[in-house]
Amino acid sequence: MSCKNPFNHDITPADAPLLNVQVDGQWVQLPRGLNVVEAAKRVGKFIPHYCYHPKLSISGNCRMCLIEMGTPKMGPDRKPIIGADGKPEIGWIPRPQIGCATMISEGMGIRTDSPMVQDCRKGVMEFLLINHPLDCPICDQAGECKLQEFSVEYGNEDSRFVEQKVHKPKQVDIGERIVLDDERCIMCSRCIRFSREMVNDDVLGFTQRGSHTTLAVHPGKRLDNNYSLNTVDICPVGALTSKDFRFKMRVWFLKETKSICTGCATGCNILVGSRENVVHRLTPRENELVNSEWMCDQGRLGFHYIHAEERLLQPTARVNSTTLPVAWDDAFAQIRDRIKSYKPEQIAIIGSARMTNEELFLLAELRAGLGGNAVLTDVVPRTGEADGILRSADLNPNTAGAKLFQISNDGKNLAAIKDGIESGRIKVLYALHEDPVGDAGLSESALAKLDLLITQKLLKSHSTDIAHFSLPGASFAEKRGSMINGAGRLQRLNKAIATPGQTMDDFEILLKLRATITGGNSLHTIEEVFKAVAASIPALSGLSLSKVGDLGVEVAPAAATVTT
Amino acid sequence: MPAPAEYRLVFKHIDEPGYTNDIECYQRHGGYEQLKKAFTMKGPDIVNEVKASGLRGRGGAGFACGVKWGFIDPTKNTKPVYLICNADESEPGTFKDRQIIHKDPHQLIEGMVIACYANNVHLSYIYIRGEFPLGAKILEKAIAEAKAKNFLGKNILGSGYDLEIYVHRGAGAYICGEETGLIESLEGKRPYPRIKPPYFPAVLGLYMCPTIVNNVETLCDVKHIIAMGGANYAKIGKPNNTGTRLIGVSGDVAKPGYYEFEVGSLTLGQLINDVCGGLKNGRKLQAVIPGGSSSKVLRAGEKYKIKEKQADGSMVDKEIGLEDIPMDFDTMAAIGSMSGSGGVIVIDDSRDIVSCLANLSEFYAHESCGQCTPCREGSLWMKKITRRLADGHGRVEDVALLKSVADNIAGRTICAMGEACSWPVQSFVAKFKNEFEAKGRAGKGPAVAATNGH
Amino acid sequence: MSATCHDTQDHVELKPEFVAHADELISHYPVSKRSASLPLLHFWQETHGYISNQAVEWIAGKLGLNPIQILELVTFYPMFRQHPAGKFQIKVCRTLSCQLGGAYELREHFMKKLGITKVDEHGLGISADGKFSVEFVECLASCGTAPVIMVNDDFYEGVSHTQADELIGKYS
Repeated sequence: MSCKNPFNHDITPADAPLLNVQVDGQWVQLPRGLNVVEAAKRVGKFIPHYCYHPKLSISGNCRMCLIEMGTPKMGPDRKPIIGADGKPEIGWIPRPQIGCATMISEGMGIRTDSPMVQDCRKGVMEFLLINHPLDCPICDQAGECKLQEFSVEYGNEDSRFVEQKVHKPKQVDIGERIVLDDERCIMCSRCIRFSREMVNDDVLGFTQRGSHTTLAVHPGKRLDNNYSLNTVDICPVGALTSKDFRFKMRVWFLKETKSICTGCATGCNILVGSRENVVHRLTPRENELVNSEWMCDQGRLGFHYIHAEERLLQPTARVNSTTLPVAWDDAFAQIRDRIKSYKPEQIAIIGSARMTNEELFLLAELRAGLGGNAVLTDVVPRTGEADGILRSADLNPNTAGAKLFQISNDGKNLAAIKDGIESGRIKVLYALHEDPVGDAGLSESALAKLDLLITQKLLKSHSTDIAHFSLPGASFAEKRGSMINGAGRLQRLNKAIATPGQTMDDFEILLKLRATITGGNSLHTIEEVFKAVAASIPALSGLSLSKVGDLGVEVAPAAATVTT
Repeated sequence: MPAPAEYRLVFKHIDEPGYTNDIECYQRHGGYEQLKKAFTMKGPDIVNEVKASGLRGRGGAGFACGVKWGFIDPTKNTKPVYLICNADESEPGTFKDRQIIHKDPHQLIEGMVIACYANNVHLSYIYIRGEFPLGAKILEKAIAEAKAKNFLGKNILGSGYDLEIYVHRGAGAYICGEETGLIESLEGKRPYPRIKPPYFPAVLGLYMCPTIVNNVETLCDVKHIIAMGGANYAKIGKPNNTGTRLIGVSGDVAKPGYYEFEVGSLTLGQLINDVCGGLKNGRKLQAVIPGGSSSKVLRAGEKYKIKEKQADGSMVDKEIGLEDIPMDFDTMAAIGSMSGSGGVIVIDDSRDIVSCLANLSEFYAHESCGQCTPCREGSLWMKKITRRLADGHGRVEDVALLKSVADNIAGRTICAMGEACSWPVQSFVAKFKNEFEAKGRAGKGPAVAATNGH
Repeated sequence: MSATCHDTQDHVELKPEFVAHADELISHYPVSKRSASLPLLHFWQETHGYISNQAVEWIAGKLGLNPIQILELVTFYPMFRQHPAGKFQIKVCRTLSCQLGGAYELREHFMKKLGITKVDEHGLGISADGKFSVEFVECLASCGTAPVIMVNDDFYEGVSHTQADELIGKYS
């Protein structure tokens, strides 16, 4: 599923004819359909802008993208006059034009940095700042504020403003997740257009007029839709801030790691913002084939569990009623010693469609070592409602992978596993990243019947309390690996932070457990595991983790796509 | 040379004793006869007559009406075409349309029906400023009267042509006089002017359909063009400045009021001294704002260089004084101002010129819609500076600052409001530099203002 | 300055005639009923005095809009009020020709005569008995007869201080 944007000013059809355009004196060829901002971007010239956004309608209100333009001079024969250089002579328009609403045309001239353009930018910067609070040190946007950035680049050194500033409402609670500071708003209307055009939730508007214009919601209405936090991303200044993130961390301290959201089968591309092994925020990362520039609030805010107090930080083993820490290698050896006395039919595995391909592959191998298909295996399906924007009905991020490695049986085996445990036929349960009770629907009393319960998850629960072995795994932010989204796109997770405490990356747990139980191991790194994965699956053949790249690759969607 | 006599065409019956604004009176004076005549013509022929008349829009920009209509090609588009009468008369100094609306509304209705018929329009609105509640009622009554007599509505006069006209009231916003702001307002949105390109009304106007927006006076002229034919109309006035012009004079003259003259037939001096009886109380002229408050101010005693066309067609350079300026579109533009909306504001030598500008800057700050940065921020800034200067809190450097702020607005905004708010500042400051600097020198500098930024 | 509606008005019951006329106004806009926003706001204010929160929500509902889209208009256009003004609303034209004609002195005169000393953030002052309010408005387009004023929908030209006193008497 790729995202349906109302506009895509930065994308032109592959067959768009090329136009000859002069940008800052250089003649270049660019596809028809681009505006001047996008055209300049394609030749490495940045035209500063606030209100323009490639995915939203063009409002042309900020006036920051004013450029100088011209069209070919026409001779009496109504054909362009050709200059000494063999190129059309350009008749420059004496009035600046906004780059965002000006489409390139054959023979057009663009000046992105002429004295007139520089003068326009200085003027606009000054206007934007006269009524803007100059309290950057206490503004949450500092460090990623376009006013700050463009002020340095294009603005004036001094202020000429000696009047009282216009005052407006501050700290306005406009939604569950968003705070508005109207004094910082530069009235670019991006948030209004986003809400209207992208989400069809027209709750934002401007009240008052002139310099007193105020961004507002109607009393009683709130900006609460599941995409509201994208307005914070596209707000070029500190007007809209995320309640979850504001004042938690200065952005310049954040390390940004490219990864994907694991909140549903869409697999929105994200940046994980972390500092010193703490994740502070997730923000969408552009991928036109997946999420464009957006992500939903659920996905964005669904990371806090990784730093929860209930996080399991060391492997434990229970003997009778005593649960004690255990060294990893001891745990693996003890599991091997205990599990080998059971027949395959007596063992069940509950895996997870939230695990990476690498983990699922190793789990499948481990299962083979335990007796293969006789070991009842499944994952826990999770379904919700698709919203027609980004959210998939499949709330597991890697259902496709779980199927590919035959760990998933669409949840159909869960009942048999439950019956088997309750009837005493199944004696051993290995549950990974699903809670046997909370997620898989087993009863506590059933669990109590097991001879051997191994849990491998992040958070403490009754199941981990009574598990004979609790193996603390890693969260999506702590691991590398790959997943296949609902549209059959193979994408990468990257490690943003270290695994906490004694926790271990799941691929490593599985690798070691497999080696301990079945003996021998030729794989060590995640790349090696991926290569083994790729070798075993024709759709992935020839791929390596690095070849997957930041934007992922489509892998035989028909085979991988799951019905959602 | 004494002033020529008034040429009352649009104002023919305005203030005529016994002339009332009902349809019977209008018809007794030949009303709706031109509509009948128009129905004997084809739409494109009417458009051609208007083109031949050389009629230029009377709202302020002076754009050729026939050319504007020519942008609409009913054969090329499948969308409906709309016509909107701009009755938002809100340029300070302008008070001509009010007279028509109140005293001769059927003249406007007749002109509108002809214009709509010519351009194949079936739904039309009169956008009247909110401050004309009585005018709106009068127009609604006139529309009902016209409908009752089948000059409007279904199958008008058996022609098979249908037209509905509705009155739409504004609510106090100068920006609604800007045609795309007006269209947004009529669509029920904030009247934010649209960016052009791509939203030229002739292509993407009301409801994203081709739309003509014409001023009240312009539409009345259409009736007279049908009456006399485009070529004859073009003989009134001067080439490229044809027809008559309604002129409103206000401020410090003995006889302020509204007049109608052949375009260019009289000079600014004749208007002020002969028509309006000169300055009030024997004062001397200080300045004239010649075409509504946004036109650039003219200073008494100024000299202008113009090119005058001779009988043999050759052009001769000529220097003229303020009082010699002929009141036409082209000369007003040539001397660096504009005839705009026909509102002339006269300021005598007893007035504090800085305070006059402060008044206008306050108007523009109040009326800036706030959509685009330079006008939104700049208009209020200019208001604050001019107010400070006028109130004795100025600085000498404010004079250069004012000019610079205005320069940073003009030409950089979405609509002409950028020019409207900065031209007065640029021209007042340039032409009365000494007066502004004197204010700055005498000023105490900025005090901590008590207001909340207003 | 606040974006909120000040609901000092009790909920009003809308008469069937009111609703019928509103529907008639909407019928003037066969292409888009959103166009009826301003007519409905005018009609509400003429009927009920000012634009309450109820008005915003009722009109929005009537036109299939989000209330913010009506609030955007109410706060943009100075003719719409979110608070009650005087029973008789004296609007003095402020703009240049009227200033030259004595508009500032005329406003002062009204304020003094009516004992108004305080104005709100929009410059509106209301007499203690609530009968009159005085405010500046921008150009009323009758510059040749400055100073001009409106008292509710009535229009007066060339208003001298004596005439001002008479007007207060007339409306009292």
